[in-house]
Amino acid sequence: MADAHSHAHPHTHPHTHSGGDAHAHAHDVSKHVKVYIAVFLGLLAGTVVTVTMYYVHFENMAVTITIALFIATVKAFLVAGFFMHLISEKKTIYAVLAATAFFFAGMMYLIIWGRGEVPRGTQYWHGRNTEQPVDVRR
Amino acid sequence: MDIPYTVKPRPDTGLFNAKVGIWLFLASEVMLFGGLFSSYIFLRVAADASTWPHGLLNIPIGTFNTAVLITSSVTVVLAWASLKLGNFKKFRMYQAVTILCALGFLGIKSIEYKDKFTHYEVWMKPGKTLNVHGADVTRVTGHLEGSPWFWETKTLAQKNLQEVTFYPDDHHYATPRVKHAGGAGGAEHSTGHAAMKIPVGDIKRLSAFVPKHSTYFGIYFTLTALHALHVLGGAIVIAFLWGPGGKLWRTQPERFTNRIEVSGLFWHFVDLVWIFLFPVLYLL
Repeated sequence: MADAHSHAHPHTHPHTHSGGDAHAHAHDVSKHVKVYIAVFLGLLAGTVVTVTMYYVHFENMAVTITIALFIATVKAFLVAGFFMHLISEKKTIYAVLAATAFFFAGMMYLIIWGRGEVPRGTQYWHGRNTEQPVDVRR
Repeated sequence: MDIPYTVKPRPDTGLFNAKVGIWLFLASEVMLFGGLFSSYIFLRVAADASTWPHGLLNIPIGTFNTAVLITSSVTVVLAWASLKLGNFKKFRMYQAVTILCALGFLGIKSIEYKDKFTHYEVWMKPGKTLNVHGADVTRVTGHLEGSPWFWETKTLAQKNLQEVTFYPDDHHYATPRVKHAGGAGGAEHSTGHAAMKIPVGDIKRLSAFVPKHSTYFGIYFTLTALHALHVLGGAIVIAFLWGPGGKLWRTQPERFTNRIEVSGLFWHFVDLVWIFLFPVLYLL
């Protein structure tokens, strides 16, 4: 655990800036600045890739959605991990986030559950696929 | 009485209190935006393909705004690192960039909103059609002469108009997209097309791209406006700490650094939400 690590070296880890060891060593902070710049470039690259992909137009929409959301998730991990220092945090914060992840997943599951509860007689009853675009130029 | 654990870590959590506080708040924010994202997915998956617009948002502008927000996220963390190194001047320089980015983001978003408020769709009455680019259609998107804001069907009657002058877009969002045709976001600016006159009596519905235009714009404006409010709130806090709030640095530098960290955590969260909003609303 990062937590144990920071206890072992309370003054060499700039990410444990939780107050008591606020005087992080300049050398460590400078090293982290390089990481921040690298993450920044990674985020920009991810954005460029996502947008380029849109212009390329994959035939399969599912592939497009999967790749776009995968890149977004990687970017989210970069921001949360490095800018928000989650790669080395205290247990309390991990506990809070574990609870959040649990409830978030539960909320997302409600969508799947809700999909099965469509009023009888509506066009979505039987889960009919209506992906075919309607031609409005008639 | 002094507030406890503003600098010193609390023995049981190992953290100064504000940090636990901001993470609890961010956890609630995850649920707030998560609920809206799940609504988006639910609405999108259940929507008929002809009712879900594609390509109505300006992708180059959206991409640029994404880069602006990413830049502000790195300057926030660099500002905090500068304080850790004891360099208050550099901190102010970085946070000034952050504030400019925040204002830039909101300014660009406002321009995007304005484009939507002046961009229209017309639905024709049964049996009535329009000839757009050589095809007879029952729905058309485009711009009204003079680019008025927020017109709706009843505005036409209120203004006692007999006909409206309309500049149709290249492409209606519900028609199948031809591969590589006109690039993405081609419907955004269409003023190059010939104007057409539409008799008001033939119009069933007229709507700008506002929340009540469709489910898509309902959820688009809900998500982006809530996000923009977060940008505004974060910018106000960062600007306060950049200006008058900065006095604390002289008396309690560690406490001030912690405040910057906490405001930064909020700012990164706002960036994180946009990382998902951008592809979901603009690209998919």
